[in-house]
Amino acid sequence: MSDPIQLLTADGTRVEHPDVAFTPDAALLAQHGDEAGVLKALLRDMSLLRRFDVEATALQRHGELGLWPPSLGQEAAQIGAGRALARQDHVFPTYREHGIAWCRGIDPVGLLGLFRGTDHVGWDPVEKGYEPVTIVIGAHALHAVGYALGVVHDGAVGTGDAARDTAVMACFGDGATSQGDVNEAFVFAASYHVPVVFFVQNNHWAISEPLARQTRIPIAQRADGFGFPSYRVDGNDVLATYAVVRRALEHARSGQGPVLVEAVTYRMGAHTTTDDPTRYRTDDELESWRRRDPIDRLAAHLRAEGIADDAWFTALDAEAEELGADIRARCKALPDPSPLASFDETYVELTPTLAAQRAEVVELMDLDGAEHEEVAR
Amino acid sequence: MTTLTMAKALNAGLRRAMEGDDKVVLLGEDIGRLGGVFRITEGLQKDFGENRVLDTPLAESGIVGTAIGLALRGYRPVVEIQFDGFVYPAYDQIVCQVAKLRTRSGGRHALPIVIRIPYGGGIGAVEHHSESPEAQFAHTPGLKVLTPSNPVDGYWMLQQAIAHDDPVVFLEPKRLYHSMKAELDPALEPGPLFASRVVRQGTDATLIAYGPTVQTCLAAAEQAAEEGRSLEVIDLRTLSPLDLGPAVASVTKTGRAVVVHEAHRSFGVGAEVAAAVTEHCFYALEAPVLRVCGYDTPYPLSRVEHEWLPTVDRVLDAVDRAVAF
Ligand SMILES: Cc1ncc(C[n+]2csc(CCOP(=O)(O)OP(=O)(O)O)c2C)c(N)n1
Ligand SMILES: [Mg+2]
Repeated sequence: MSDPIQLLTADGTRVEHPDVAFTPDAALLAQHGDEAGVLKALLRDMSLLRRFDVEATALQRHGELGLWPPSLGQEAAQIGAGRALARQDHVFPTYREHGIAWCRGIDPVGLLGLFRGTDHVGWDPVEKGYEPVTIVIGAHALHAVGYALGVVHDGAVGTGDAARDTAVMACFGDGATSQGDVNEAFVFAASYHVPVVFFVQNNHWAISEPLARQTRIPIAQRADGFGFPSYRVDGNDVLATYAVVRRALEHARSGQGPVLVEAVTYRMGAHTTTDDPTRYRTDDELESWRRRDPIDRLAAHLRAEGIADDAWFTALDAEAEELGADIRARCKALPDPSPLASFDETYVELTPTLAAQRAEVVELMDLDGAEHEEVAR
Repeated sequence: MTTLTMAKALNAGLRRAMEGDDKVVLLGEDIGRLGGVFRITEGLQKDFGENRVLDTPLAESGIVGTAIGLALRGYRPVVEIQFDGFVYPAYDQIVCQVAKLRTRSGGRHALPIVIRIPYGGGIGAVEHHSESPEAQFAHTPGLKVLTPSNPVDGYWMLQQAIAHDDPVVFLEPKRLYHSMKAELDPALEPGPLFASRVVRQGTDATLIAYGPTVQTCLAAAEQAAEEGRSLEVIDLRTLSPLDLGPAVASVTKTGRAVVVHEAHRSFGVGAEVAAAVTEHCFYALEAPVLRVCGYDTPYPLSRVEHEWLPTVDRVLDAVDRAVAF
């Protein structure tokens, strides 16, 4: 398999690719005026995502979150993929796709509740086309396939109506490709020829286990064996990732079946805030990826081409700082859940057994002198 | 004599088992170079090599299925499942294969596999990281289910489980990994493996617990003592086979029993214990056997997990109800 598709080199030079070009879709162009505007918007997305992620990591360090899985280093992969999605598309994410959530218009504070232990999901999955995150590795790949099967049965694929044709995106990592569920998802997707894009962020690590523990061939190559096409793209190149994912989504929406996109990137941070990556990887490796930073390269390009000047960057920094402060304040203000929530959210129709247990909790809370009024609401 | 945490005691137990039998091999996610996310296998790959401590691809069904093959080839695999909630991809292999292969081979195959699972809550974790799946395994014929409540038991029971010829699901109360320390004398002879134990003597009521809730019950007994009530505490240690000898003897004496576990209440270990104790102690009982358990909902958000888990207050409340019955 050849080198990953690249349209912007690590030092910020635009390069041609024989098959793939960066052509923003009409909506993006309309929103940002012209291609230069789109480039600035992508850099802004990535920079704000990074600021958010750094803030969340800091919040964990200060005891405000129980845990945080950083997206640091994967900004281009996530923003490139996220901005290629259409409104009606539907995403099945893992715990790390903060950038794709951002592109779906989800308030980033909504991503924090799960890790603060205050809320399972901080957005409406239907409205945002973005499911609650799945922590059990790989399980949701099958859900994406089933959803896509429903899209087919609804006739929302291959109609040529750009506002109707729908693709489904299943996000997972290199480690997840070893799971049975993911491989079964490949089989089902191929068998039913459903409009699903398997978006694999190969960040080279599954906690402490290197890519080589999961596969001896590039992940993209696996699609061959299941009978659908794939792309291998430089996941630190937001232009290439956008272009490739856009093409993959269009392939799916137009009724040509599943596609796998392997975005080759790197997890610059720890697996989560409880992890210590110095135990298993070298500084040299980290350094070599630092030189391929997704944000630096687009920033270098915009400066070199005179698309963005110092004033623009200063304003972006200020916006990022403002975002950080806002996230910090609103995270700390997230309300504690009611102890009764899990009783009310387990079933559509509360069972008699659970109703009795719920009453027991209400009574115990009273014994504890807790504000019953508050809880009963 | 050394003072060890639960994590260090389990690590020492694994090391000694590996030194004693070169057929003992470890498999799991991140257990090699990293030493496991809880560091239970710390240093073992370095000292025993990559052939005996295998970092596996990320697939639990694969891990357990592969362990079965190794066992059939004469090895004694010890599998680490990273967290309780991640055992289910391996559920089919455990329930349909590990548990049944001996029967299916007409009693010819033995499967000396140990499946280690960190379990239980109270650590402020996100979902799938705080569950108590013991009943699922205790309900499965062909599996044995053990759970130590302290570092000394952790050290010995793990070695005994590895030396045992039947498959064992070995549940480790993760909340105690780094918080609980005890004195360990490796020169001692351990007691029998499949035996429960009285861990505090008392006369007014019996608390029956295992794993993480043994500490809760000991704290409850301490508090009750200050109020002039004497509670006996039983640590079950083995859930399958269930050893009810000490519990039955205790309830015969006290006439009252409360079973305490973190797992959901319905169809749980507590129900089995209550039924069995009732069968054996019917005439001695002054009150029905009560249960203090996790509720019948998925494990809740961490901000309210202490409202959900059995607490000293809930245990003492149940004791009050049993006494007042
Ligand atoms: C079924 C299951 N097993 C184990 C875990 C623990 N775990 C969480 S993340 C992770 C590694 C995932 O690696 P990868 O798929 O590459 O995604 P990344 O974290 O790198 O984004 C593991 C083993 C889990 N969440 N689910
Ligand atoms: Mg990975």
